[in-house]
Amino acid sequence: MIEISHVNKWYSPTFQVLTDCTTSVTKGEVVVVCGPSGSGKSTLIKCVNALEPFQSGDISVDGTKVNDPKTNLPKLRSRVGMVFQHFELFPHLKIIDNLCLAQEKVLGRAHDKSVTKGMQLLERVGLKEQAQKFPAQLSGGQQQRVAIARALAMDPIVMLFDEPTSALDPEMVSEVLDVMVDLAREGMTMMVVTHEMGFARKVANRVIFMDRGEIVEDAPKDDFFGKPRSDRAQKFLSKILSH
Amino acid sequence: MLGSFDFDVIRRSLPYLFYEGMTFTLTLTALAALGGLIFGTAIALMRLSGYKTLGRIAGLYVDFMRSLPLVLVIFWFYFLVPYIGQWLTGASRPISVGAFASSLITFIMFEAAYFSEIMRAGIQSISRGQPAAASALGLSYAQTMRYVVLPQAFRNMLPVLLTQTIVLFQDTSLVYVLSIPDFLGAASKVAQRDGRLVEMYLFAAVVYFTISCIASFGVRRLQSRIAIIR
Repeated sequence: MIEISHVNKWYSPTFQVLTDCTTSVTKGEVVVVCGPSGSGKSTLIKCVNALEPFQSGDISVDGTKVNDPKTNLPKLRSRVGMVFQHFELFPHLKIIDNLCLAQEKVLGRAHDKSVTKGMQLLERVGLKEQAQKFPAQLSGGQQQRVAIARALAMDPIVMLFDEPTSALDPEMVSEVLDVMVDLAREGMTMMVVTHEMGFARKVANRVIFMDRGEIVEDAPKDDFFGKPRSDRAQKFLSKILSH
Repeated sequence: MLGSFDFDVIRRSLPYLFYEGMTFTLTLTALAALGGLIFGTAIALMRLSGYKTLGRIAGLYVDFMRSLPLVLVIFWFYFLVPYIGQWLTGASRPISVGAFASSLITFIMFEAAYFSEIMRAGIQSISRGQPAAASALGLSYAQTMRYVVLPQAFRNMLPVLLTQTIVLFQDTSLVYVLSIPDFLGAASKVAQRDGRLVEMYLFAAVVYFTISCIASFGVRRLQSRIAIIR
């Protein structure tokens, strides 16, 4: 589904953020990307739907090359759902209009159809009653669930999550993770940048560990948590799992 | 001392002052603000676009317009446009452009420079995550601007835009250099016809002051209401 091969990215000639990153996500797979902050994991996931450009290497999604200038990027992005750390709901639009905007303007769905779809998804994330409110009236956890519903409204073939719970108060983390776990169990292809190792243990198929712009470890979940091969991954795990 | 003044001249000229003069002033203000906002937004988008040449042209335009006295631009434009029109269309004589059209175009061009700076600040105040989220949903650049960025920028900047429009309302009085009967021009005509300069100019000042004051008060109230919603 997602093929990442030998991706290099520099912010400046002397500052390399991604070094020779190669990995893949197959259909129905849930891949968790973790690593210390500044390790390039968010940058890597943003390269997948071309929100960040990269200088060399190739990424393709469902056979379409992301870094090909001829690729119709809006069309490709409309099939790749993305959830951001800071939710990024559109504050001037009601919740239901947040869900309808791209359905109508990008997919060309009729208004009543996109409203029906939007309401179904809001019900699914448990926020049907909030449809007529504005984003600022919702809690962080609710906003992030709306953001997930907004991405799902486009019927994506794969979902990208960029630290979806990092900006949340601790008591709201689980309501978002629950939605993501359900999604994973339904067979959605997911690439998730997160520090939530409980989530990784529960639903991930593979775990990728990044450090200083490199993919240090790319292993099945049980291998990763059982006996990480690299020192850096061991150190990282001991730090975040020690309490 | 006040006995030598004739304030009745105001009452007698009220219909002329308001039906002709104020109507012209308000029409010019509204149209110039609207046009200035549209062109100003376009200039702001040019400046913020990734294309360096486009941005530089827009920047030069803004600097140029802001470095000239408005009254000079009004004057120049009025006398120059007929010749530019002649040159563009290849007509044998200078094209006559009405005083209203000429002053409207001048104000739109001039205000576009100011409105563009306001809109630029408004667009820059939107966090970068917003356009990123819009692109991630598949919206094109134009759709992102139209449905996500500009509505928010406009809303954030509404108080500043309206304040600038109040300044514009006062500035429209400069069209008197073209002998156009806007509100001030009309008052001035009556003043000179009847020899009642003090009364008429005093009255004009009171009217401008009252309208601008009420409008500013309205903007402040709007500002506090917007502040609550956010």
